[in-house]
Amino acid sequence: MRQLIQCIAENDHYEVRHLLKMLRQIQAHYHYIPEAAIDQLSGLLKIHRTQITSVIEFYSFFHLSPRGQYELLISDSITDHMLGKQSLLEYMTIKLNVAVGAVRQDGLVSLDNTSCTGMCDQGPAGLVNGHALTRLDKKGIDQITALINQQKPLEEWPPELFQVDDNIYKSGLLLNQQIDQGAGIRLVLQRGAKETLQEIDKSGLRGRGGAGFKTATKWKFCSEEHQMERYVVCNADEGEPGTFKDRVLLNSYSDQVFEGMTVCAAIIGAQKGFLYLRGEYLHLYDKLENILVQRRQNGLLGNNILNAGLSFDIEICLGAGAYICGEESALIESLEGKAGIPRNRPPYPVTQGYLGKPTVVNNVETFMAAAGITINGCDWFADIGTEKSKGTKILSISGDCPRPGIYEYPFGVTVKDILTDCGATDVLGIQVGGPSGTFISNEEFDRKLAFEDLATGGSFIIFNTSRNILDMVSNFTHFFAHESCGFCTPCRVGTSLLKKQVDKIVEGHGSAGDIVALEELCQLVKNYSHCGLGQTAANPILTTLQRYPDLYHSHLKEISFEPGFDLDGALETARRMANRDDAGAHLAQTESEHE
Amino acid sequence: MSKTITIDGKTIPFEDGQTIMDAAMAADVYIPHLCHQPEYTPHGSCKLCTVKVNGRNCSACTFPAMEGQEVLSETKELIDDRKKVTQMLFVEGNHFCPSCEKTGNCQLQGVAYHLNMLDNHFPLFYPDRAVDASHPEVMIDHNRCIFCTLCVRASQQTDGKDVFAISGRGINKHLIVNAQSGLLKDTDLDVNDQAAHVCPTGAILIKRTGYQVPIGERIYDHQQIDQVSLAKEHLNHGE
Repeated sequence: MRQLIQCIAENDHYEVRHLLKMLRQIQAHYHYIPEAAIDQLSGLLKIHRTQITSVIEFYSFFHLSPRGQYELLISDSITDHMLGKQSLLEYMTIKLNVAVGAVRQDGLVSLDNTSCTGMCDQGPAGLVNGHALTRLDKKGIDQITALINQQKPLEEWPPELFQVDDNIYKSGLLLNQQIDQGAGIRLVLQRGAKETLQEIDKSGLRGRGGAGFKTATKWKFCSEEHQMERYVVCNADEGEPGTFKDRVLLNSYSDQVFEGMTVCAAIIGAQKGFLYLRGEYLHLYDKLENILVQRRQNGLLGNNILNAGLSFDIEICLGAGAYICGEESALIESLEGKAGIPRNRPPYPVTQGYLGKPTVVNNVETFMAAAGITINGCDWFADIGTEKSKGTKILSISGDCPRPGIYEYPFGVTVKDILTDCGATDVLGIQVGGPSGTFISNEEFDRKLAFEDLATGGSFIIFNTSRNILDMVSNFTHFFAHESCGFCTPCRVGTSLLKKQVDKIVEGHGSAGDIVALEELCQLVKNYSHCGLGQTAANPILTTLQRYPDLYHSHLKEISFEPGFDLDGALETARRMANRDDAGAHLAQTESEHE
Repeated sequence: MSKTITIDGKTIPFEDGQTIMDAAMAADVYIPHLCHQPEYTPHGSCKLCTVKVNGRNCSACTFPAMEGQEVLSETKELIDDRKKVTQMLFVEGNHFCPSCEKTGNCQLQGVAYHLNMLDNHFPLFYPDRAVDASHPEVMIDHNRCIFCTLCVRASQQTDGKDVFAISGRGINKHLIVNAQSGLLKDTDLDVNDQAAHVCPTGAILIKRTGYQVPIGERIYDHQQIDQVSLAKEHLNHGE
């Protein structure tokens, strides 16, 4: 072990900012992070062991106790559930002889849930030792069980288990354009950085991650900082359940994304860029590295790009299972090798970002659009869309429709048109923008996707009339509680309280006051949380409560008060010990139970 | 004259670099807080000091004071919500004031009384948390930890050590110590370290000092936390 850890640390020059990368390698090798590894690493990196432990315990993909040699994680997105995930998971526990959350006695396999893996168009999905599994079914599970029991290395598993399709059904401005490697950079050099920034400014491009801050303004702020060491970061931590467009963009359009990052670097004067790739997209890593190598060979990255004196290079950093790292300041913390806890703002990343230096963080799609605008000019982009939302938006469509996948639309498209294109019928409602977005009912299909109306990062989950909205609310609420970083009180405690309160109502234990209490709690979490996660965690409840109050009320008991404590349930152990189950061994707790 | 902000209509001067909390404290205006102490880098996590700045909620302890800000602090809405945030801290851990040695000296309890908190409001979590009594002179009762990181910061910034850290995510957050055994006795914590004395609750206690000050004669038994906090702040300024 000593030699391996020494090697890992040495390869990354003993730099603490590479801690996640080192831990990923140790986890992959031992299927956990042994105590001795922490000890040795803390010596080599000259940091306290607590710093390493707190990183391990923050990220879902690191463990202090052993997982199976084959670590199976099944995606817990609502879309996976709609595709039969739960019964499949039960089938797996039987076939593999392992409980959810446990390691089999022989140590060969462990099984657990994981947050959405971004394969909503081809689920139920999962991960085995970090590699994406798609379209899981009973046959596939049988196959996987056999492979595991034979201890076949993953390289020998049939490739179709890992096949990830793009599923592009509708292309527009961005997905149709082919650009020659380097065309954008050449144009920046020709036209000048300032002029290119003006072009992007006039295009009206706004950030594609969902918040919609004007891209040119962000770049301008960063370029005006007096600190000369600056950074470009591409946020590919696509963790919002129901979103998978960045996966497709990075699989098939990564050259354009890197082009956009390089254009940004030329404009803001950055020499170093990062692609923060969510750990779930490990399958893209080698491919992306190869493209970077190619671009270096072609003089588009590295020192003296296109012999014009421009220096810029891109490094890919993998996440390790934490939705919060999609928040830009948490992402920066993660890049620095720390737990992904959002920073206090101000200062904003454009003034003090990575290593305290001015940093631009943008979404994958934003960089791709910026490359297109640089080449085709601002009108190419600005002529499309609405007044406040220029250009197109790439959507990840999943849920109840015959053609789930990627669709690109001009901003301003109506929900109705989208539903027609993907073939959805009998629709009850749609979750627009993922759990942190808005649920709209089938009376709102004339609404438009645009910052003026329904803003979205791209997630579009369709529910048909056979679905129970409260299942969705419960799934999303559990998701936020699982992903809360725990930094601030309202989100750390509040998301757990929301989970308890929703469960209470969904499971039929709610009474009259419980919906009022739920709503009050929602407002508290929304108004007082430190970052976007907490501020939006109550959205699934608030947006459905507003539209379907009767649905919530129908789950309530007709009593004025339902105790939070199940008195009769608590006597179960005593009954078992006394071997009694007669009427006298039970206690009624509420009026209705007496009758 | 210097620049000013207003807090609840009262004009308050500030200097560049000061937070709203700094300016408020200097002007004898109390804003409830637990994770903040002026001698350490602000953390901004407990959210008790949330104030409305030009209509937006901000943490007073981290948000910079800027010319012309209109700050609201003692509104009914903010007072009610601060109480609920305090109640969240109570239900998340195991805080049983009557049996806690810190009662009367506890800032969590002091803030709760200040905000007129009379019940838990939310369902209790009853978490299963341990007590670390391994150190000869200092003990940690994890049941009462509110993750304010004051011990973490005090150890780093005053003691020049790194005895404590916060680990875990979400509701599984917990305090850890810098020792392979995970026990306080194997750290370099000294009973005279600031970190051993900074805890606002009864999570870190000094052994063999319990009840030396009888209940009824403790810090918050005769004074509200706002008076104590402001007096202490002025003392610090005077030094």
